[in-house]
Amino acid sequence: MGIETLFGDCILTTTLDKVVNWSRKNALWPMPFGLACCAIEMMAAVAPRYDLARFGAEVFRFSPRQSDLMIVAGTVTYKMAAVTKKIYDQMPEPKWVIAMGACASSGGIFDTYATVQGVDEIIPVDVFLPGCPPRPEALIHAVMEIQKKIDKESVLDE
Amino acid sequence: MAEMSAIGKKLKETFPDAVTGMKTFRGELTVSINKDYIGKVAEFLCNDDESDFGYLSDLCGVDKSRLDNSNAFEVVYHLYSLRHNHRVRLKVEIPASNPSIKTVTNVWKTADWHEREAYDMFGIIFEGHPNLERILTPEGFEGYPLRKDYPLKGRQPASLREVYRKGEE
Repeated sequence: MGIETLFGDCILTTTLDKVVNWSRKNALWPMPFGLACCAIEMMAAVAPRYDLARFGAEVFRFSPRQSDLMIVAGTVTYKMAAVTKKIYDQMPEPKWVIAMGACASSGGIFDTYATVQGVDEIIPVDVFLPGCPPRPEALIHAVMEIQKKIDKESVLDE
Repeated sequence: MAEMSAIGKKLKETFPDAVTGMKTFRGELTVSINKDYIGKVAEFLCNDDESDFGYLSDLCGVDKSRLDNSNAFEVVYHLYSLRHNHRVRLKVEIPASNPSIKTVTNVWKTADWHEREAYDMFGIIFEGHPNLERILTPEGFEGYPLRKDYPLKGRQPASLREVYRKGEE
């Protein structure tokens, strides 16, 4: 197997992409953007019963500058839209977004003057998570989908 | 409640022109007030020893244009007295064509945000309000969403998108 045979048993070789992606996907720092009842499920997901820590994403930061995964959990109103956008902009690259629940994904039942019809009108979304609200297992699944997505990325793309 | 009707009676005696109607339903007194007198009535009810309504628990607007033929808006005041533990409701009708009324922020400070909300949702102008601006809807919002003529699935013009695109450049 190429150069590895020369090194013997004590050295492992891999690609830079693999190492970087491995560390990124197993240490997601979510920015909890709780706007409605979905936030309760999001809190449950990090609590002991569902334990998002098993996937390395338990360090919820309330500062966007310290996070790389934004979980938009709830109804985004136009009044909140500017704030949502600003907080997203404040997060350092690379960053990912989960639109949690029907409201964040599409406006949900709130087909009104006040509600943004899906947070993807404002910021790019990586995973849309349906449900009203989605159960914590569903959020964990969404995080796993983000991890899969990270795994396919390459440092050369940035 | 005998005590409540006494307050209504006293109000009627003090401002005979102001009180246009009075009714008690399930022990709750509702007094209709002429719009020109709301400032005086508010001051009286707040400061009078017998009524002592020091607390404005709610102020809201109502669009009655499809409720009856009056084509009017209404401002409703819910008052509470912490000392006497009694309540009264004031209703003031204003024409929908010229929805303006005197502010009560000089009597109850809490009316500030309530009146801004009523302005935001119904376009009711509160004369003398210190800072009559929209409170719930974002900057650049057009129309008054709780008016009956506002479309049920009303959408804001694309210009509102500028609100959240500001930070992009």
